[in-house]
Amino acid sequence: MKRIFTVLLIILLSLTLVVGCAQKAPTPAPTEQPKEKFKVGFIYVGPIGDAGWTYAHEQGRKMLEKELGVEAIYKESVPESQECEKVIKDMIDQGAKVIFATSYGFQDYVAKVAKEYPNVKFLHCSGSILGANYANYFGSIEEPRYLSGIVAGLKTKKNSIGYVAAYDLTEVIRGINAFTLGVRSVNPKAVVKVKWTNTWFDPAKEKAAAVALLDEGVDVIAQHQDTSGPQVAAEERGVWSVGYNTDMSKMAPKAYMTAPLWNWGMYYVKTVKEIQAGTWKPEAYWGTMKDGFVDLAPLTAVAPPEAKAAVDKVKADMMAGKFNVFAGPIKDQSGKVVVPAGSSVSLPDQLSMKWFVQGVEGKIGK
Amino acid sequence: MMTVAFLKAAIIAGTPLLFATLGEILTEKAGNLNLGVEGMMLMGAVIGFQMGYSTNSPILAMVFAALAGAIGALIFAFLTVSLRANQVVSGLALTIFGTGFASFAGQSLVGLKMTDAFNASFKTIKIPGLGDIPFLGEIFFNQDIFVYLGYITAIILGIYLYKTSKGLNLRAVGENPAAADAASVRITRYKYIHILLGGALCGLGGAYLSLVYVPVWQENITAGRGWIAVALVIFSAWNPYKALFGAYLFGGLDIIGFRLQGTGIVISQYVFDMMPYLVTIVILVIVSMKKDIRNAPPKALGEPYFREER
Repeated sequence: MKRIFTVLLIILLSLTLVVGCAQKAPTPAPTEQPKEKFKVGFIYVGPIGDAGWTYAHEQGRKMLEKELGVEAIYKESVPESQECEKVIKDMIDQGAKVIFATSYGFQDYVAKVAKEYPNVKFLHCSGSILGANYANYFGSIEEPRYLSGIVAGLKTKKNSIGYVAAYDLTEVIRGINAFTLGVRSVNPKAVVKVKWTNTWFDPAKEKAAAVALLDEGVDVIAQHQDTSGPQVAAEERGVWSVGYNTDMSKMAPKAYMTAPLWNWGMYYVKTVKEIQAGTWKPEAYWGTMKDGFVDLAPLTAVAPPEAKAAVDKVKADMMAGKFNVFAGPIKDQSGKVVVPAGSSVSLPDQLSMKWFVQGVEGKIGK
Repeated sequence: MMTVAFLKAAIIAGTPLLFATLGEILTEKAGNLNLGVEGMMLMGAVIGFQMGYSTNSPILAMVFAALAGAIGALIFAFLTVSLRANQVVSGLALTIFGTGFASFAGQSLVGLKMTDAFNASFKTIKIPGLGDIPFLGEIFFNQDIFVYLGYITAIILGIYLYKTSKGLNLRAVGENPAAADAASVRITRYKYIHILLGGALCGLGGAYLSLVYVPVWQENITAGRGWIAVALVIFSAWNPYKALFGAYLFGGLDIIGFRLQGTGIVISQYVFDMMPYLVTIVILVIVSMKKDIRNAPPKALGEPYFREER
């Protein structure tokens, strides 16, 4: 019995070897080259297959490889724990000179490892750390969210829009506020109903939240989630939707109108170019629409015909640096003016925003 | 109106749980504790999606989803029945394997969507007569074909377990394999067949998510529902009829948070997410206090059977 088991185990192990090798083949293998390529490492919090956040970063990594000819290695589903230190060190052992850490939770570990390796550059997404060889990057996704709000506000017939949101973090709240301000700029009567799912990634649950909103009578679904579950719900009910992270038109062709997008690749190319040239300086990079760091996906045929002109007008102002999403007057949910006309919410205040603007129906947890 | 919509949604949310729970009941009735439910669900989900996408046939998609779940269960059955390996460890290994397999096999499927014709075959069908019953008709008999299949499977399993001699044999295998063996019940055959059937049902449960509920492939589409099913088996006291009720109850708990957010009642979704496990623990306590034989797990659950030790 034992011998049979041993033989089976050997067969199984050799099979995994075959499968493992087969999987590696499609990724551009590091072929032996006379001169070694410049190496960059990416650590991802989720699987590339999420069709959302990590997928968008992966597009950026591919763009980096294509445009600069560097070798960009990556690791998926890295836990936001000490485990990620090991992954980073392993990448450095493999020769990586730059590390991109693409989730907030990596922050403390990145800062720690960065001090041990002064010759490697570390870039952390969405955090606030800054040092001689480490820096952070993020951007104003609020701008395209505001624009997508315009599209939703023009489309809704019931003046009721649903928003499936992950957690009541300031990043998400800021997005909901920007979206709502966009909606109300063209449709002051419309409300935005918010449902929290308490998960970034659960297609079925995100869809269930969207269905709950649809049962309450909304006719446009927007989302701050990593999967396309909410889009599917809108598609099934024959209403409309606004996506996030990637073009989701394939998953909901009859519902999807547009989506706020990140253009990570543009930042990755720029940064690696600077590092290679030796001109890079640690900075808290905050990319805007003007920089091409964030954008609104092209409107589909489902979007209302008048939306294009309305969006283009505001977008032109954003590109010219003349438009601030959080410029007053802004009222909060109770109707009190919190940002008077003539002033605006400063960037630090935006980064700690914990209140909803007028027009949002939902509660922020204590 | 709101309640009807909620209850209807609860049935849908409970359907993947129901299939997985029924599968696990069948497995455990044969005396084997298979913790690989999550893995088998994912295998069924990805293979079902792959088949549905490439052949556009709902029948083939469902058949292959069931087969994929059964193949996962076959690994488990071989390890635990033939090799008598530790069931808990084998089951956990199957979960890890199934999750990895689904991610690997699903790499090229990410973001793909089923055709409209495919989705149409799973659209809501109103059952004539029954569907017109006020209130209940809308909730129970105005659903998609998978949901009806869930009702039927639960009832068939109930009849099989409690009204047929084969079902009696199966229960004997799970309770006291030595006695069943003495009564010339083929233990190994019974265990294999029911573990495989159980795996097939788990595969179908996963396929409901990828084929009907969110007909778009995304990694880790089950998001831990396999574990809720394992808890549900205990909750329903290894009884298919109670599983029917339990699955819809847990399905309702999964989505009730969103419904309450609209009404102004503020209870964190986390509270509801932990309910299935909490309720299961409470049930465990009650059952062990009452010492009712009908609610107890199969006696030989988790123990490998050695004929020589009789």
